[in-house]
Amino acid sequence: MQGGERPRVSEQRIWKDPLPPSLFPPHSPQLQAAAPPPPGGSRGAAGPPGGATPSQCGRRPVWRLRGRGERDWAEPGPGPELRRRRRRRRRRVMDRFVWTNGLLEINETLVIQQRGVRIYDGEEKIKFDAGVLLLSTHRLIWRDQKNHDCCIAIPLSQIVFIEEQAAGIGKSAKIVIHLHPASSNKDPGPFQSSKSSYIKLSFKEHGQIEFYRRLSEEMTHRRWENMPVSQLMQRKSGQEPGRIRAVGIVGIERKLEEKRKETDKNISEAFEDLSKLMVKTIRFKSYLLSMGIANPVTRETHGSGTHYHMQLAKQLAGILQVPLEERGGIMSLTEVYCLVNRARGMELLSPEDLVNACKMLEALKLPLRLRIFDSGVMVIELQSHNEEEMLASALETVSEKGSLTSEEFAKLVGMSVLLAKERLLLAEKMGHLCRDDSVEGLRFYPNLFMTQS
Amino acid sequence: MLRPRPARGFLPVPGTPRPSPVPEVLRRAPEVRSKRFRFPWVTMATSFEWPWQYRFPPFFTLQPNVDTRQKQLAAWCSLVLSFCRLHRQSSMTVMEAQESPLFNNNKLQRKLPMESIQIVLEELRKKGNLEWLDKNKSSFLIMWRRPEEWGKLIYQWVSKSGQNNSVFTFYELTNGDDTEDEEFHGLDEATLLRALQALQLEHKAEIITVSDGRGVKFF
Repeated sequence: MQGGERPRVSEQRIWKDPLPPSLFPPHSPQLQAAAPPPPGGSRGAAGPPGGATPSQCGRRPVWRLRGRGERDWAEPGPGPELRRRRRRRRRRVMDRFVWTNGLLEINETLVIQQRGVRIYDGEEKIKFDAGVLLLSTHRLIWRDQKNHDCCIAIPLSQIVFIEEQAAGIGKSAKIVIHLHPASSNKDPGPFQSSKSSYIKLSFKEHGQIEFYRRLSEEMTHRRWENMPVSQLMQRKSGQEPGRIRAVGIVGIERKLEEKRKETDKNISEAFEDLSKLMVKTIRFKSYLLSMGIANPVTRETHGSGTHYHMQLAKQLAGILQVPLEERGGIMSLTEVYCLVNRARGMELLSPEDLVNACKMLEALKLPLRLRIFDSGVMVIELQSHNEEEMLASALETVSEKGSLTSEEFAKLVGMSVLLAKERLLLAEKMGHLCRDDSVEGLRFYPNLFMTQS
Repeated sequence: MLRPRPARGFLPVPGTPRPSPVPEVLRRAPEVRSKRFRFPWVTMATSFEWPWQYRFPPFFTLQPNVDTRQKQLAAWCSLVLSFCRLHRQSSMTVMEAQESPLFNNNKLQRKLPMESIQIVLEELRKKGNLEWLDKNKSSFLIMWRRPEEWGKLIYQWVSKSGQNNSVFTFYELTNGDDTEDEEFHGLDEATLLRALQALQLEHKAEIITVSDGRGVKFF
């Protein structure tokens, strides 16, 4: 620091702001010469010799100490001409703002709003004094409380980094927002150029904590990327596609996201070709047919709900006709499930859907029906199949052998044990058989209680 | 008033305590005259005619089908009664019953489970052939003829022999010479008591206390 010992107020203020070193280009001499204090660092750390502090732009050292009206009286500063030119040349933050009508777009939703917010361009107070600050999924909008027509906004994609500044004596709590440089093709805003690359939002009527929380949430979720609002916004968010600045963890996350999207796109493109090929080739289609089902009824083709189940029931009736006849007109629902899913191949059916479709078989007057036994076992049987007729033959079989267990009966008749047991139980219910339950197992005898006096 | 009775050797001396529950020597069953078993069926099992159901394994499983169950329980009831009649078992405990060959067919390796035994006994009680002797339902009195039927028989005999308006002791009725040919000869006291109580309800008899026990007056 040249000259006097007068401590510079603004200088002290600077050192309170923790600045991440990643904001500066790696080889800037400023960084090497004078590393800024660590975040929340000690006030007692000595400043760099000369009090020079690199600007956030990191382009060249700018005496940030020079606010409008703050002059180092000891130093001979540049003349007004030069200053004016410099001001115009330097990219500043307030030029990122655009005029807006304050209305939210279709996909945009309001997250939080706060009254009594003042915007600072860097450290400078500007004419945007008291306003309502609105945070949406896509933008940060500030509307003047007195003059509702004065409304400016900045897209959230412009934000690089945010931090909180606690309240002090005579000072309200602030949020510091570091921004990208403005693009050349953006809409007109309140400022053509701006001095610093960060702005401050001063919460005169508090609400800063919640606002900060919501803002950081929005920054994490980045919902504006998923929901393009208008071409305007898209253009803004899509600007500088090659220049995604890798800024800390945010940058890494963004890169990963980009990569994932790329991969996704590539895969879907690849499969698009394949599906087109599949559809067009007759050979493939016939192969599918021979395996089972060519065009399975899926939720994509027929939606979900009753209509889906109805169509499914019709398809089931078609598939199951032959297998049922092979198995003597009756099949348990688990067997049906296995058979159907094997035939469908890719588009598998859930057990729930199968049961719901089977319940509709009778109502749709299809040649199959669902039957639920007393024990809860569910079977599909042909309409022509009559279980009661089978009971007479079952009784005959049992009488021949004296007594039978369900396993023996299943073996004799050539049906599954589950269905054999159901048949024997049904015969018992009808009074044709009686049971002998012992440690040896469950056997069925002809019902001599009824036939013999 | 008591009629004068001839002195007989086998009449007990008044004042002696009644014999234990061991069944007494009975003239009608000469083969067991000398044997006093707690479980007489040990010797008599062979002479008892088991019904066909006893050899039918499902008989020992309570049938879920309602109609079948009815038939099964009816068969069980008649089996229990005929068994108890032949073996002169008037009272039994449930534990005894469970172990007896009545509910256990060793040859078939089947036994009626406890819950089913309870159901059979309950069925007998409803029919009037069984009475629980204690609150815990651990022992019961089994009457192969219902007390009302016994009462009727006794009253028939009393009327037939013209001994209305006379008094009898319990022992006389069951073990007296006059009743030798009657069915109720050798009837156990508990059943007799209930039979006479049934008659009492019909006002055909009245139970009175006599010097050596209890007696009954017929009207």
